[in-house]
Amino acid sequence: MVESLVVDHVTKDFTLHYHRTLKQIAVATARGLPLKEQFQAVNDVSFTVEQGESVGLMGLNGSGKSTLLKLINGVMTPDHGTVRTRGRIAGLIATGAGFQPQMTGRDNLFLNGAILGMTETELKNKFDAIVDFADIGKFLDTPVSHYSSGMFARLGFSIAIHVDADIFLADEVLAVGDRPFKKKCLAKMQEIRQQGTTIFYVSHAAASVRAMCDRVLVLEAGRLNFDGPVDDGIRYLQYDDEDGDDPAFEGLMDAELGADI
Amino acid sequence: MRAADRAARNQQQVDEATRRKNAAKQARDLLERKSDSMPVVASPDGPRQIRVVDAELVDPSPTGGVVEVFQQRYLLRLIVGRQLAQQYAASVLGLLWSYIQPALRFGVYFFVFGVILKTHQGVPNFALRLFTAMVFVHYFTETWNGGTRSIWQNSSLVLKMRVPREIFPVAAMFVSVYHTGPQVLLLLVICAIVGWHFSLAAVGAGLLGLAILVTFSMAMALFFSALNVLYRDFQNIVQTIMQFIHFLVPMMYSYSVVNDLGKSHPILYQVYMADPLAEAVLLMQKVFWAPTVSDQSLLKPMFPSNLISRGLITLGVCVVLLYLSQKFFSRLESKFPENL
Ligand SMILES: Nc1ncnc2c1ncn2[C@@H]1O[C@H](COP(=O)(O)OP(=O)(O)O)[C@@H](O)[C@H]1O
Ligand SMILES: [Mg+2]
Repeated sequence: MVESLVVDHVTKDFTLHYHRTLKQIAVATARGLPLKEQFQAVNDVSFTVEQGESVGLMGLNGSGKSTLLKLINGVMTPDHGTVRTRGRIAGLIATGAGFQPQMTGRDNLFLNGAILGMTETELKNKFDAIVDFADIGKFLDTPVSHYSSGMFARLGFSIAIHVDADIFLADEVLAVGDRPFKKKCLAKMQEIRQQGTTIFYVSHAAASVRAMCDRVLVLEAGRLNFDGPVDDGIRYLQYDDEDGDDPAFEGLMDAELGADI
Repeated sequence: MRAADRAARNQQQVDEATRRKNAAKQARDLLERKSDSMPVVASPDGPRQIRVVDAELVDPSPTGGVVEVFQQRYLLRLIVGRQLAQQYAASVLGLLWSYIQPALRFGVYFFVFGVILKTHQGVPNFALRLFTAMVFVHYFTETWNGGTRSIWQNSSLVLKMRVPREIFPVAAMFVSVYHTGPQVLLLLVICAIVGWHFSLAAVGAGLLGLAILVTFSMAMALFFSALNVLYRDFQNIVQTIMQFIHFLVPMMYSYSVVNDLGKSHPILYQVYMADPLAEAVLLMQKVFWAPTVSDQSLLKPMFPSNLISRGLITLGVCVVLLYLSQKFFSRLESKFPENL
């Protein structure tokens, strides 16, 4: 097996600046309020993915899934640890990723494709296929600011899936499309999965993840708390620490009572 | 003491356990709510293929800096094109605006300094000398100003896509080249009409001047574009400096005035001359304007005697500045996402 992706003790810190103007900073300092706060959106995460594996990434909103994907595709760099990837990466991480509202769908298609690493010839060859798949018809030469969120997602997905990437990342952005299109996208993802592309699929829909993935990672507040087979992962999410039957938790409650007495 | 410690630790663990319990409940709710949000699509029949990836394991983030930008020329071209289209969207005169403004400024400077203040006395082809300087100062200010704003302006791309971020200040430079290109052509035509003649020394000075301009403007654009992400004040600072930058290079008045100043204020003179832009302007005048002057004795007071050696040193300094700016940019780059 060939490693497709190695994430090694990766941490991403975000600093939240509460105050921006000189006046705000002065006031906050005078009152002794904090000027900024640091937190770990991704905290000491390590895992390895083989080429051709299909990985489901699950976790609550804000648990760091998108941040992890951004670290994998190189939009962000980790503050600690390393990310190593093999081959071309494409994917949809944010809705309308990098679409320029004033530009037409056509211009955005070329710009986005070029950013994802397609060459001019490659783009020209695949142009028709991309437009067909996105099914935006006569809106191709309309500024994308007039697009519906569904059209946005369709064009974005269509460009990304035609990149012929070795690693494909699909964040929750697909969720905005209509159902037939979602089906079409997932079918296409199954197709590239069959062809041996490494896939990351973020979704809360357990059944869909079960059909698409060989493995599940569960993030909780930035930590990778589960890494294993799909069914176990979904069970982990559902039943972890369920009321009453967690002995560790019970024990703690007793201990606390004891300490109080 | 120890009991209190233990109690605190227990409390912490209980808090942690409660948090986890809540999180698990949230997760269950979410799973239930979203269980049907995505359809189930079964994998196609047939064996899985093995994809052979002919590449090494590498850091996925762009690390090549400005060098990598020039390896992605197609993307650079698209971004420059987009920038230009954006600037002239919904404008009737469009590209003409980037000529109207310099033309007006030229007219005003020529009138105020040449005609009213009579700085043209003793300076043959004063207008050509002024125009030469203005073209290249324009290139510098536009690169610097456009570059400073570029990262902030393209925040959606910076946040969502993997591009070497240096591409935006570099694109600002090409936008500026696109605007100054025709002015340089005009300059060449005027030179030909006025009577320019070739000399190797002049062309050498020109290349040196150009190298200084490109490295210096790029260094400033890189440095300020990164700073401007942290504090938007910097784009105002740059704008303010641009208001008077024209007055700080020898174009409306001649070098001899500056030289005279140096006799009474040697430090001021050194500061003035340390500006790479002033040096570049003098070098450009050496190429375009000096050869058109028939009475070469008039030229002597118009340039410092050590123009070329100064130029070489300035170029060296600018290359170091560019290197440092790139370093600075790379360092700040990882902090862009949370500041945009
Ligand atoms: N650019 C950013 N700057 C500051 N904080 C961010 C940024 N992006 C994400 N975060 C924070 O990081 C945490 C993880 O976010 P994210 O990765 O989007 O979670 P998920 O995709 O799992 O919902 C959240 O608390 C979010 O507010
Ligand atoms: Mg997300």
